[in-house]
Amino acid sequence: MVKIVIIDYGLGNLRNVHKAFKRINEETKITRNIRDVKHADAVVLPGVGAFRDAIKNLTNLKESVLTLMEEERPLLGICLGLQILFSTSTEGGLTKGLDYFKGKVIRLPKDLTVPHMGWNTLKIVRFENPLLSGISDGSYVYFAHSYYPVVENEEETIAITNYGITIPSVISKQSVFATQFHPEKSGKVGINIINNYVKYVKR
Amino acid sequence: MLAKRIMPCLDMNKGRVVKGIGFKHLQDTGDPAELAALYEEQGADELVLLDVAASREHRDTIIDVVRRTSDAVNIPFTVGGGVRSVKDVRRILLNGADKVTINTAAVLKPTLLSESSNSFGSQCIVSSIDVKRVYVQREINVNEKVILETGEGKCWWDTYIYGGTKSVGIDALKWAETVVKMGAGEIVASSLDFDGTKKGYDLEFLKELSERVSVPVIASSGAGNPKHMLEALTIGAADAALAASIFHYGNYTVKEVKEYLLENSILVRL
Repeated sequence: MVKIVIIDYGLGNLRNVHKAFKRINEETKITRNIRDVKHADAVVLPGVGAFRDAIKNLTNLKESVLTLMEEERPLLGICLGLQILFSTSTEGGLTKGLDYFKGKVIRLPKDLTVPHMGWNTLKIVRFENPLLSGISDGSYVYFAHSYYPVVENEEETIAITNYGITIPSVISKQSVFATQFHPEKSGKVGINIINNYVKYVKR
Repeated sequence: MLAKRIMPCLDMNKGRVVKGIGFKHLQDTGDPAELAALYEEQGADELVLLDVAASREHRDTIIDVVRRTSDAVNIPFTVGGGVRSVKDVRRILLNGADKVTINTAAVLKPTLLSESSNSFGSQCIVSSIDVKRVYVQREINVNEKVILETGEGKCWWDTYIYGGTKSVGIDALKWAETVVKMGAGEIVASSLDFDGTKKGYDLEFLKELSERVSVPVIASSGAGNPKHMLEALTIGAADAALAASIFHYGNYTVKEVKEYLLENSILVRL
């Protein structure tokens, strides 16, 4: 049995992520214990809330998450969990992220309705990525965010979403996958994406 | 592009849905979690669970409903009614709700909005505003009230609390601007003039509100048919339309409403 752990860094709603995995009969462990992360086969980095708090609360888990990514054990980042993988964010003052993906997280332009809230479509730009295997181009997924990343390495963008500006909605490099939307809230499409992640972990 | 959202609202009392139910094939027609799952199946974009009695005695019942709904659906849902403190907000969110709506407590203590959004993010704090038209003969107190010419005459919109029973005397459009500054990520606008009438939403209010605030606006109160929802999303410029009766009584399914909207060039998730 593979050990997938959901990292609890004191923010947001982990219950829904746990439950989404349960729907495809996958048990996950919610933890903030370093040892659990060290011994995990794969992790999920969820997150709602603010960038600065997330980085602050992650403190003692930061090293083990970085090691996990270096060792190419899979990680799935969701929403804020995607954003903290980037170099920096301007939310709450310029803050350093985990710097796994190069780029800066900035606020959505003022002329848009913010937060970007609701169901928007995925335009898949790299169909070969296992996270989106079998997902139709143009599928609706659920977003709820006010900041977005400006990605430096274009080849890491797997899917984009149009919200007046182009938002990178799925990012991936090596065994790390991250979604700006919430698969755990995106109905059947979301469940299929989570299922793809589990399949990848068990590959 | 972002789709417009259709949101069925479940009015509850003591953990049971109180509005009449039109679904015959459900075993337990009044169970919010079971209805929630049915609405997801029909294509609802989000759900709202509203504790209309909002009594302190039944807080634990609501938490149980939140947990069971969270187990039953894979779409976002909002919980409201009787939310009084950051502690209430935390408890509802940790048990699986995605958002919390706050009305009375925010009017009485606006810092509840900023404290909650600082702790949990503005995307999960929804400000619910109940409004009622106050018609005026001539333009008085123009500095305090936004007076608009409507089809029925000049009026401003008063803010109401305690389930629409108590007038606050604050201009609702100005209050809406304040709640956004305090950290609300969305606004649900309900009208006491239109609620339950099935004659449509207060489009003049919605239009003005949508122009004034930067956050998404959810239209509520008055939907009697899919055309009303179309009007709320076009004339009213709302981002989402909420309705209770037309879905509960089985007059229209969520799917039928969305098909109608799509025929009328509104982008919806089908």
